[in-house]
Amino acid sequence: MELLERFAAGDLEAFEALFRQHQSEVYRWTVRIVRDTGAAEDLTVETFWRIYRAHERFDPAAGNFRAWARRIATNAALDHLRHARKETVLSEDYPVAPGADSVVRSELRGHLRRAFLELPARYRLVATLALIEDEPYDEIAEAAGISVALVKVRVFRAVRILRKKLSSFGLEAAAK
Amino acid sequence: MSNERNNRQLDDEKELRALLKREFHPLQNAEPQRDLWPRMLRRLDARPLRVPWFDWVLAAAVAAALLLFPNAIPVLLYQL
Repeated sequence: MELLERFAAGDLEAFEALFRQHQSEVYRWTVRIVRDTGAAEDLTVETFWRIYRAHERFDPAAGNFRAWARRIATNAALDHLRHARKETVLSEDYPVAPGADSVVRSELRGHLRRAFLELPARYRLVATLALIEDEPYDEIAEAAGISVALVKVRVFRAVRILRKKLSSFGLEAAAK
Repeated sequence: MSNERNNRQLDDEKELRALLKREFHPLQNAEPQRDLWPRMLRRLDARPLRVPWFDWVLAAAVAAALLLFPNAIPVLLYQL
């Protein structure tokens, strides 16, 4: 029996093989969304836990395991963003890019960070992937289980919210 | 007017893209620091105990019998 068929039948060894094949990719995708290495590790395990529980629903004949895993990882990451929205310190594990050291820049960074954290989770998800990670809209749409048009709408709204917040901080000029 | 608004939106998006990238590094090459399979195994082992369906049926039958025949409760307690 093929690996995917064995997994769908509940074979733990097949699941382990799939875990080892895909854990790095699921982690990479997740850390790009949540931007926290510890949370990304937890969410990778959570994603595979959800995958294991749903093995009976996976159709090995029609199924693309990678896309399915990515969809589940995106949902797990979105749940995390919803619950940990206020507490998360973005980019803590990753230092800021060099050259951003003036007082104005530092202030702008603080406001930008706060404004970004305050985005509704579904907007933050697409904004992170589209604006920071340059992920193509169709890939985001597939992973989030929404249409490309809806991805565009959410990016549009995220940009509008961020612009409004930065303007309200009086930082429009600094942003430009 | 609509074109102006679209252009403005595109400009805003470009600016914000640049600002966000300056603040948050893209993480396309991030890798997990360790093998996560041991944690996965612990999670699998920690599965909540599943009660077989026939145990639930048995418990429901006993509860129903006690409701229908409350006089049987002392007899049951005596047997316990």
